[in-house]
Order: sequence, then structure tokens, then C-alpha cells
Amino acid sequence: MSTPRNVVIVGASVAGLTAAVTLRTEGYDGRLTLIGDEPHTPYNRPPLSKQILAGTWEPDRIKLRTDEELSALDARLLFGSSASGLDTAARRVVLDGGASVSYDALVIATGVTPNSLPGAHHLAGVHLLRTLDDALALRADLRRKPGARVAVVGAGFLGSEAAAAARRMRLDVTMIDPRPVPMRRQFGDRIAALVGQLHKKNGVSMRCGTGVRRFFESGGRVTGLELTDDTLLDADVVVVAIGAAPAIGWLAGSGLELRNGVECDPTCRAAPGVYAAGDVASWHNNHFGCRMRLEHRLNATEQARAVAHNVLGENQPFAPVPYFWTDQYDAHIQAYGIFPADAELAVLHGELEGGHFVVAYGHRGRVVGVLGWNSPCELRKLRQLVVDRAPWASILPAPQAVWPGRHLSASLR
Amino acid sequence: MQVTLHQDKCVASGQCVLAAQDVFDQRDKDGLAVLLDDRPPAELHDDVRHAAAVCPALAIALADS
Repeated sequence: MSTPRNVVIVGASVAGLTAAVTLRTEGYDGRLTLIGDEPHTPYNRPPLSKQILAGTWEPDRIKLRTDEELSALDARLLFGSSASGLDTAARRVVLDGGASVSYDALVIATGVTPNSLPGAHHLAGVHLLRTLDDALALRADLRRKPGARVAVVGAGFLGSEAAAAARRMRLDVTMIDPRPVPMRRQFGDRIAALVGQLHKKNGVSMRCGTGVRRFFESGGRVTGLELTDDTLLDADVVVVAIGAAPAIGWLAGSGLELRNGVECDPTCRAAPGVYAAGDVASWHNNHFGCRMRLEHRLNATEQARAVAHNVLGENQPFAPVPYFWTDQYDAHIQAYGIFPADAELAVLHGELEGGHFVVAYGHRGRVVGVLGWNSPCELRKLRQLVVDRAPWASILPAPQAVWPGRHLSASLR
Repeated sequence: MQVTLHQDKCVASGQCVLAAQDVFDQRDKDGLAVLLDDRPPAELHDDVRHAAAVCPALAIALADS
């Protein structure tokens, strides 16, 4: 393929912006258009559920690039503009309002849209948390009333971090999840149980193994909820954090394969001249020999860089070892790799109950993941086990404890 | 090349150390990044640019010197 002269990127968060920046730093000097549906200039999302929500940072601090750096990109920046359709035969992106933009190469980086609970989103006091505007609206509501009662529905990354931020504001917090422990899908039962203990220790009331049946309201504002175990809870503010779905609605009828995101080959290519990066992209990771779609901050950067290189003709498979982190209270949890449902677990450093440890996850005879709890340096050194897909047996003399498999749940998609 | 590390933004991901271990390290205590060499030699510049590009907290700034 010849080098494109007209690249369009849809999505202006980390993945979209990183693709644009990488194209320019790699010497691309053709036309470049960056389309984003939010009015803000691109910003970093992880602080939204941490520092922005807790009020320790203001929005200016999370800008991904200064205005000067954005103008140095020499790109057409269409912020506050959504794509509504794609014609891959004519190589045109259709915008809301009917205008269209042609391309030689397209990067799809539209991310995900948070799932909502039916019957709740119209109520004042009920919040989703994805955008800067979402975070500021939630923060204002959390500050509205001293001692507000907060219900967090969903105990994944976002719900757990939001609960921690609300506790930091000394609010009364209840976390609700249909699974028996928070973050079970991400970490498996053993480590998830520690996350549950952490929230309890910090004063969160945990309502696990139950869902939300209905909301109560007064004058259009939420006042409480009824859980599926018949519990009634008063609530002034409700945070709905029950996962997110790839933002692919605008691609219907485009001919692209759309299942769990935009389906790509190992080079992140979805069709001739069309690539996807970040939360919206599903691709085959050759390192692990499986398809994945990741909603991780580092992946958005790394995948967008790989895509930019491939747009310019490198055509290399993208086969990273995934990395993510979460901050909750005094726990800084980081992990490399994947965490399949039937993995085994072994402690490589520290003690599970000691507040500092690294555990390895084994699957089909290989180390496929390592997770560190307040042990960043030790974890970094043990990452190589995942890079090497080290034989599980080779680490077994060292661990202090090993648990049999089939007690972890899937985070692998 | 002049390297600046904004430690107050650092999230202890250690990606900078993986990319350029002669220029960055992590504190044992909390994993925050430490700058070992704010004017690294030319042969390390590509690694340092990679470190700055992948830092999830945008805590590394580079300038020509």
C-alpha cells in the first residue's frame, strides 16, 4: 500500500490523539483530520474517577496537550462533532448534520459508551461516569449536601474508585454488585476478596450478590432504591458503573465486522485503509494467541502508536502484554497480562494479608499474568514472566502458596 | 535533550523504566519515577522519547537542549 496522503481519525481521546501525534512524529506530512464528539480539547480519563472526583485536581490539569501543542499538529480539529456513518467504498466519514469527510486511511478510536440502568437515567441525582462533564456533574452532586448518602451500582474499576473517592469526601457509601465480591471479573475471587475487605475497612457498606430492582424518586430526583434481595436503601446520589459497550453504532451498515467492538486482524486493520485503536478495537493478540478488546489506559496509547505505524506501511502485528492499574484508598494495584477464569494463583512476593504482594496467574501451564498490590518495583521485575510466558512449573518452587484453578472469573474477552 | 519529570503526576506505572532504564528508575517505597539523567546521551534519545510517549500520566516532558 502506498503511504496515505489524507488520514482521518474519529475519536479524540487518548487513542485518537496519540495516533495523530505519532503520525506527525513519524514524519507524516499529509492531511490530517481529528474528529471528537466532546467540546473539550483531549484530556486524560483515569484522573476522572480519582483526583477530579475527589476534588484534588481541577480539569486544566488533565489536558493531554496544550493548545499550542494541538495547533502544532497541523491538523483539522473537529471537536464537538460526531461521526454518524461510514462509507468504506467511497472512503467517506459522514458527520452529524450531513457533512462528510473523505480519507485514504481511517483510524477508528471512538471508545466505549457506559451502560445505563433502565428507568434511572432521567432522574436527577443518578450519574454515569465517562466524560469530564460527567465527573464534574457527579462531583457537584456529591458536594451538594453534607453527609449525602451515595449508592454505587457496580463494583468494577470505576465503581470501586468512585466509592473510594466518595469515602474520601466522608460521605455515606453503599456499593452494590450482583457478584459476591468487588472486581471479581478483573482479579478472580481470591484477590477480589481483598478488595472487598479494603472497602469494608474504609467504611463502605457492601451489598454483594444483589442487583437493583427499582428506583424511588421525589419531584424527579432519586431518593432511594430497592434491591433484588428486597432491601430498601435511601440514596441522595446514585453512581451507575455497570460497564460499557464499544461505541460502534455509527458504523452500522459500513460493512465492517462489528461484534465486541470493531473486529480487526493482528495488525489492527479492519478493512483496506481502515484501522481501529483503543477501547473500541477488538484484535487478535498473537502473544496470547487470542482475540481481545481492552479498556486500559496504556493500551489506548500503545495500540494507537502501533496503528499509526501500520497506517504508514509497517504492517506489524500488535502483540502487547496488557497493563492496568487502579488506586483505591491506600491500595495501588497494578497488573500485567491476562486473567482467565480458570487460572491458578501463586504468591511470588510478600503476603496476601500483608498489604504488599505480587501474585502470578497461571493458565494452561504458562504464566499469563502478574498482579502487584503496593509493590510496583517488584511487579515490574516480574513482568518478564508474562513476556516470556514462563512455564508455570518453573515458578512453583518459589511461591509461598498456590491455589488450585477454577476459582477465578474471566476478564478476558 | 533536556528531560523533566513531573513526579506529582506520576502514577508509578514504571513504563518509563521499561523503556529507558538508564534514564529512569522507581522509588522502592511507592514506585514513583525517579530521573537518573536529565541530559541523556544521544544513543538513548529514542528510548527516552518512547518513555515520554507511553507514560500514562504524561509526567515526562522533553525539550531540545
